[in-house]
Amino acid sequence: MNKLNRRDFIKISGTATAGIAMAQPLTGIWETLFPKEKKPLLENEAIKTPTVCEVCFWNCAGWVYKDNEGKIKKVIGNDIDPHSNGRLCPRGTGGLGMYYDEDRLKKPLIRVKGKNGKPEFKEATWDEAFDVIVKNMKAIEKKYGKESMALLFHGKTGPHFEHLFKAWGSQTMGEPAGAQCLITREAGFIATYGAGLASPEPTDVRNTNCLVLIGNHIGENMHNGHVQEVSELIDKGGTIITVDPRFSTMAAHSTKWLPIKPSTDLALLLAWMNVIINEGLYDKDYVAQYTYGFDQLKEHVQKYTPEWAESITTIPAGDIYETARMIGGASPRVIIHPGRHTAWYGDDTQRTRAIAILNAILGSWGREGGFYFPEKVKLPKEAHPPFPKPKWSWKDISREKHKMAIMGITNEIIDHALPEYKGPYKVKGMFIAATNPLQSIPSQDKIKRALDNQDFIVVVDTMPAEITGYADVVLPEATYLERLDHLRTAHHRQPNIALRYPAVKPKWDSKPGWWIAREIGIRLGLKDFYEWEDFEEVLDWQLKQVGSSIEELKKVGVKYFPRKTPMYLKPGEEYWFNTNTGKIELYSTDFAEWGYDPMPVYKDHGDTPPGYLRLIYGRLPMHTFGRTLNNPYLFELQHDPLLWVHPKVARIYGLENGQEVWLKNPKGKVSSFPIKVRITERIRHDSVFMPHGFGNKGRIFVDGKKLEMHRAYGRGILDSEMIYNIEKDPETGGTGMRNNFVTILTENPHNKKDKES
Amino acid sequence: MRYAMAIEVNKCVGCGDCVVACQTENNVPMGYSRDWIIELARGEYPNLFMHFESRRCNHCEDTPCVRTCPTGASHVIEGGIVKVTHDECIGCGACIEACPYEARYFHPDGYVDKCTFCDHRVADGLDPACVSVCPTTCMHFGDLDDPDSEISQLIKSRENYTLIPEAGTAPQIYYLK
Amino acid sequence: MEELFQTARDIHGLYPHVHIWGWPIATYLFLGGLAAGILLFATLYYLKGKENDMPFTVKIAPIFTFIIIVIGLLLLVYDLHHKLYVWQLFTTFRIESPMSWGAWTLVAVSILSLLWPLSYVDDIEKYLHERGWKKLDFITKFIRDLEHNWLIPRFVILTFRKYRTFFAWILLFLSIILGIYTGILLSAFNAHPLWNNPILGPLFLTSGVSTGSAFVMWLSNNKKERKLMSTIDMALIATELFFIIHMIMGMQAGPEVFKQAAHLFLGGEFTVLFWVVFVGFGLVLPFILEAFELKGFHIPPALPALLVLIGGFIFRVIMVYAGQMSEYPF
Repeated sequence: MNKLNRRDFIKISGTATAGIAMAQPLTGIWETLFPKEKKPLLENEAIKTPTVCEVCFWNCAGWVYKDNEGKIKKVIGNDIDPHSNGRLCPRGTGGLGMYYDEDRLKKPLIRVKGKNGKPEFKEATWDEAFDVIVKNMKAIEKKYGKESMALLFHGKTGPHFEHLFKAWGSQTMGEPAGAQCLITREAGFIATYGAGLASPEPTDVRNTNCLVLIGNHIGENMHNGHVQEVSELIDKGGTIITVDPRFSTMAAHSTKWLPIKPSTDLALLLAWMNVIINEGLYDKDYVAQYTYGFDQLKEHVQKYTPEWAESITTIPAGDIYETARMIGGASPRVIIHPGRHTAWYGDDTQRTRAIAILNAILGSWGREGGFYFPEKVKLPKEAHPPFPKPKWSWKDISREKHKMAIMGITNEIIDHALPEYKGPYKVKGMFIAATNPLQSIPSQDKIKRALDNQDFIVVVDTMPAEITGYADVVLPEATYLERLDHLRTAHHRQPNIALRYPAVKPKWDSKPGWWIAREIGIRLGLKDFYEWEDFEEVLDWQLKQVGSSIEELKKVGVKYFPRKTPMYLKPGEEYWFNTNTGKIELYSTDFAEWGYDPMPVYKDHGDTPPGYLRLIYGRLPMHTFGRTLNNPYLFELQHDPLLWVHPKVARIYGLENGQEVWLKNPKGKVSSFPIKVRITERIRHDSVFMPHGFGNKGRIFVDGKKLEMHRAYGRGILDSEMIYNIEKDPETGGTGMRNNFVTILTENPHNKKDKES
Repeated sequence: MRYAMAIEVNKCVGCGDCVVACQTENNVPMGYSRDWIIELARGEYPNLFMHFESRRCNHCEDTPCVRTCPTGASHVIEGGIVKVTHDECIGCGACIEACPYEARYFHPDGYVDKCTFCDHRVADGLDPACVSVCPTTCMHFGDLDDPDSEISQLIKSRENYTLIPEAGTAPQIYYLK
Repeated sequence: MEELFQTARDIHGLYPHVHIWGWPIATYLFLGGLAAGILLFATLYYLKGKENDMPFTVKIAPIFTFIIIVIGLLLLVYDLHHKLYVWQLFTTFRIESPMSWGAWTLVAVSILSLLWPLSYVDDIEKYLHERGWKKLDFITKFIRDLEHNWLIPRFVILTFRKYRTFFAWILLFLSIILGIYTGILLSAFNAHPLWNNPILGPLFLTSGVSTGSAFVMWLSNNKKERKLMSTIDMALIATELFFIIHMIMGMQAGPEVFKQAAHLFLGGEFTVLFWVVFVGFGLVLPFILEAFELKGFHIPPALPALLVLIGGFIFRVIMVYAGQMSEYPF
């Protein structure tokens, strides 16, 4: 049957327009009184565009479904995508809320002098905004040098501005995904295997027999592919051991839960090594063939007995023996999962080193059911003149102190932006793309001082997050559903490429990142670096170099390429690891040379001070930190962050479920907003837990009108606001943020202040 | 034909994907939901138990909602799916009161709305939106009258329970332990 | 410790979505019961040939039932969320749905209860004059106008008068149906354990008839009639008390959910409202007052009557709200 869509109807009924127009008011009333039922969009009626999700860094590939009016109705996973297997997580499913969010940045904004330091802006045209940016970037170049203009970025927007900055001549750049998330983990694995893990981590969960989660909250983090593989593991009846001070979601689904005292992970890992080595449960052939320093390790872990670990971790020695035997018995089909956001207690490279070493002696690296060797498609870069060499870069300000700083350390960049910094690597301007440093980089007070010390700040974002209030120019970026970005070429079991193609035109006056970067580049005289008009040309050229095209990718979304090397080690295969010794270094020769511990040594991180509770923060499966809070779908799903409090603590403070409380840290800092209490047995009595990313406080004024994320504003407490103790990881400069303590206030501290003044 | 759902509570992580998928699939207005999640925790630290249940209309065998509907707007279609014809619904709320599962609600347009097991998808041989999107694959949909269907096998082979069996409605959503 | 947390339930459109029925439904049930009670006495005494012994009961009181039912129906429509589709109620008849046959019954009763007093125009005029409500003469004038000058109304009224006995039987039957309906409407919803109770129907019916007798007692100007009604009402109140004890003891003997439902009245939220306000002031006190009156003490007749009426109303409010709070835990 031929179906008429609305547009066709208008075309053929053009002559009858007058009649329809007259009937309009009547039908209008009729439709208000008797609203037509909205029918679901049927599979065969949908117009589908390939996309790569940007609600989190997992970057699942999917399809954007539009109805015949071109309206986005839903986003569905791409069945052949290895990141999602056709199943997006709630954030990906609700991703269209980012596009529909009415609080989005709609037009370029230029700061005007406001009253009482209020962040006031006026709307501007793109040309006006670019003029201000170019003028100020040139002024910084003249006064301090290009290098003093730093780039902070995140996600798929980042590369466009990285290209711009490299072309211009500044490589002072970093992303919070490094120092605040996984740099310590990467460093620990590189020191051991000569290779990092990147994303998605090449853990062969679906084929394993035993999965150990330590400081890892799969299911609360929705690292989609991993959640799916853990689910497969549960189906298979595989062993899951979860180590967590909290009875987490995965703890509840585990074979064994070890409720550990916070900050003592390393003691448990070392004690496991002790049992596995002393009881001969390790993979002897593998260790003999591929590792370096086993004898030193064996001697090193002798003192770390389970009985010793019991006194540190509060886990009974019997449980440590039992789990060590479970882990050892599964070798080599066992994974001690490295986890993410390994920014714990300031010795985090050593903590992940212990995880890497444990995996090594179990022989799981390069083995089925352990860690597979991932492969990715190498795309050629578009031709452009060589990037100018900056006088100094992120390497100079990061590697000076931290030998394992393998990427720009954001907090070091911040330190160099402070007024008290008097050295040669001054940061005086910032270009901030798709990240909100006030939430993502500790500590808030320091960030604020650094931002206040800048000559010029540009913010590129889709939402008016806190950072927009510090900008001189705000540029509204199109959401991922409206823009084209670099191809996803993340490594996986099978090399593959995925395309994000704009499903709709950018709403309002927002623009894709590539366009913004290119326009600025051209105005900075960098035409040679942008020998294309539309970014699509670059992608199409790249795809043609590997035998595909953008037309093909638009049809399939994801395209696979053959592997070039085997996924696992063959028995007895010769293999060269990218380390000094060419072997898996249980004893790190680099660390020994640089003066770091060549093998992990347990260090005490102190106890909870009396009268305080340890602040544990974490994830909710339906939110990606602060960026999704205002998404109408995800906000509806979860908008009341809860502070988990043990019943004993609740009794001491006289708390009730749902009661609003404030937090105060030992430095006297009080949370801006209250949070509701959840009294639960799922948390230790010496700790409280709350999800990260709430407590949004961003508010700007555009031509006198308030602009904020109105749903998210003021809900709950932002942990970044309460964090005062940042313990720097010596190897990488990563920021340990889990040794922070708070106390609970039941009376509104802000009222009291008002009364006093 | 007897459609039913089996949900594995030992896998569900309570992410709420089923809720969002339903909202976008079925034009559920903002502020409403046809399905929801509960978290049930029991015990004392560290001897604890916890699981999540994704809940929705149970598409009962014995339907008090359909029985109490004064206009016939609430009705049962092929496969035992309980539906509401919006244009016949007067919004009296009788079915909402009759349902022990609180699975029905007033749509802001006035009529009563609820889970349809995505009958428009099922007719095309697809799973309901919530089932097809679940990252943990903890939800299964199928025909109980077919003894070889995945769901029949699951219910046969796994220990399971339904919600409020004592209300006598013969619910058709089975939770697998 | 047991903890239950819900996600995507506390969203603004749904919460607290279980409490969808409020005072309009309670009032609707009260008015339905009241109308049923009034009509039950009117038709019963007419059929017993006591038309002239009980003039208010038989001839006058039914004039109010039409108004009462219309108000009740308006409240019902007011409470609908899809009001413009209300006509859908009358496109079908569903025996399983009390809401459906209740709506049909109400319409039938309202029509008959309009015609019943129309055929007693002389008696109505007499009553109004006795009461000194001469300003209301326009009503009787209007009825006479209808009867004499309009063809179809004349035909209807005359037919009704001719076959009054036949219609009385029908109306008696319908008023019993109506009384039962207001009683079992709630107990049809067995999702709420408090309502899921075989005593609730008879209790509502008794209470409805009791409010009907109180209504007659209150407005009748015939002493004998009032005394008879008072006696009947006492019997009804005693029956109600028996049912209440029986109901609560039954719930207490049942499974946990029914015990919890009973707890709403035995220490729970509704304890004071139920025992003091409803049972105390709505049943026991009027019973005592009526007993004293029968013994010859002078009690203003409106006092016990109004207590019974208000008590009956409060009883329905309690049952509607408490019932919705009583749920199967899950």
